[in-house]
Amino acid sequence: MKISRWFAQHWVMGVALLVLGYLFLPIAVVAGLSFNRPSSRLSYDFNEFTLDNWRNPCATSDMCDAVLRSVQIGFIATVAATALGTLMAFALVRHRFRGRSGLNVLIFLPMATPELVMGTSLLALFVAGGVPLGFWTIVIAHVMFCVSFVVVTVKARLAGMDRRLEEAAMDLYASEWQTFRRITLPLVLPGIVAAALLAFSLSFDDFIITNFNSGTTVTFPMYVWGAAQRGIPPQVNVIGTAMFLIALLLVLASSLRGRRARRAAVAVPVARPSSRS
Amino acid sequence: MARETPAGDLRLANLTKKFGAFTAVDDLSLTIPQGSFFALLGASGCGKTTTLRMIAGLEEPTSGQVLLADRDIARLRPYKRPVNTVFQSYALFPHLDIFENVAFGLRRRGIRSVDQQVRQMLSLVQLDGYERRRPAQLSGGQQQRVALARALINHPQVLLLDEPLGALDLKLRRQMQIELKRIQTEVGITFVHVTHDQEEAMTMADTVAVMNAGRIEQLGAPAEIYEFPATAFVANFLGQSNLIAGEVAGGNGGEILVTAHGGRFSVPAARARSNQGPVHLGVRPEKLHLAGTAAQVPAGCQYLDGTVSDASYVGVSTQYLLRTGWGTEVSVFAANSGAQQRFVPGDRAVAYWDPRHSFLLGRRTGEDDRTSPVLDEPVGASS
Repeated sequence: MKISRWFAQHWVMGVALLVLGYLFLPIAVVAGLSFNRPSSRLSYDFNEFTLDNWRNPCATSDMCDAVLRSVQIGFIATVAATALGTLMAFALVRHRFRGRSGLNVLIFLPMATPELVMGTSLLALFVAGGVPLGFWTIVIAHVMFCVSFVVVTVKARLAGMDRRLEEAAMDLYASEWQTFRRITLPLVLPGIVAAALLAFSLSFDDFIITNFNSGTTVTFPMYVWGAAQRGIPPQVNVIGTAMFLIALLLVLASSLRGRRARRAAVAVPVARPSSRS
Repeated sequence: MARETPAGDLRLANLTKKFGAFTAVDDLSLTIPQGSFFALLGASGCGKTTTLRMIAGLEEPTSGQVLLADRDIARLRPYKRPVNTVFQSYALFPHLDIFENVAFGLRRRGIRSVDQQVRQMLSLVQLDGYERRRPAQLSGGQQQRVALARALINHPQVLLLDEPLGALDLKLRRQMQIELKRIQTEVGITFVHVTHDQEEAMTMADTVAVMNAGRIEQLGAPAEIYEFPATAFVANFLGQSNLIAGEVAGGNGGEILVTAHGGRFSVPAARARSNQGPVHLGVRPEKLHLAGTAAQVPAGCQYLDGTVSDASYVGVSTQYLLRTGWGTEVSVFAANSGAQQRFVPGDRAVAYWDPRHSFLLGRRTGEDDRTSPVLDEPVGASS
């Protein structure tokens, strides 16, 4: 009796834990293997605990070059895609023009197109145009597939913004630029930041499109792919775990900020005992 | 920047705004004296908010002028005008605290030391101590007062209020009406108040303009408009009126004779907007009194007889519907001062009035009686 009631009350929790386990097991494996000293190059067993991989993540130097290159590409692609996508989002939300609704559909197209198709067609384009493949063709490709995600993210934020706030600012002596700087930008910024983070993570781990358009340039995902043929160095797990931790920290920081703001909102004492409501 | 120009009246001259084929504001001309509390009253879609937005600079007129102290400001950007607005939804900046919201206008004009002014303004609207809160942490009434403080701190020549009390509940609205009026008297700035609430317009404004379909139907002091409406629209938008369809049958010195539904009535010539052809004879429900028989009607009064079809006791008064011989139901408000006879549905009664309390309006041929049912749509009585 007691047991069945306990079960009735807690089974949802149990399912939730199982799902969480399913989601996080691979990450736990990566984190665990980052502390492993493998017995041989092709062995994935946990052999012996060590901190060497973390102390010296760049033991295989070409891997760190690849990581650095991926970060560079990710950074440039993020800045470019965020700038372009944000402008695009403003145009789509704020201006009425012919073909606007058509454009709204077109924006979704790159997201729906299989990466394989985009990768091959871009390659065909670069080759036909005589563009040498390498660092910059990767950047161009990444900007292209990131822009759509940025547009969609920023657009959602912008569409939820009350136009009257801008009118109120203009009414209160703010010029167009001041209105943008003081009202529009701060209110849309969370959307832009979210879009930028999304763009970076998309760029950082893209493999398929990059693989078609990289020439001899090696990004981190391509390095891992190549290394897998001859045994992945344990440092790859260090990079993977570190990326995960950075992402986790960002998420924690933003939710902590949100919670603190909310707590401040609740904690403000009533200023006067009998103030009017 | 606001106070250097000579103070003056706000004048709208032939102001017109078209949205495509739709004319929102139609050749509007009016003068709002400096320091007055002016209300633009009308149903939604009558053009009152568009008019306000043109004064604020948020909408560009199709043609016409907005003159402030004889300077045309109709084509200036909103931030170049000595005019501020309290928006319907308040439009407080959600990412700034109350202090920064109120200081916004001063800061944009490059004023550095805003501290004292902001605190002064917050205490004028009775919100001292709330400086560091965010708008979302305030109640509707408090947000409304922040919006007011944020506009007033700039000492505009004209303050525009767009349905500022619309989002508040009834009790708070009454309280804010009194407060707004107090603040207006205190600061002496011209207030232009847009509202669809006739009671709000009448309690607060010195001058009310009733708008309909982009035009002004009537402009005047609240009592003047209420007691002697210019059109049937005004008569029924501002309070309620019983409008009986009739024809002018001649004049008799200072009186105009009217025949309506077989009866003959007279109206003082000074109370007539039209003295020929088809007319509406109007009497406000509270100007009608009920008596049991025609013999009880005081000398000099005129009357209609009928059957009481509904009686609604609402505390301060009893609201009756009297069905006349030709089927129209007229509204009668009887104050519950204790002296009157009470009637119940089915009673025969006469409704009488002093002719000096009636008025005569022009009527389009074919237009019938117009009475607005007072009681909450009694079942079966509306059709």
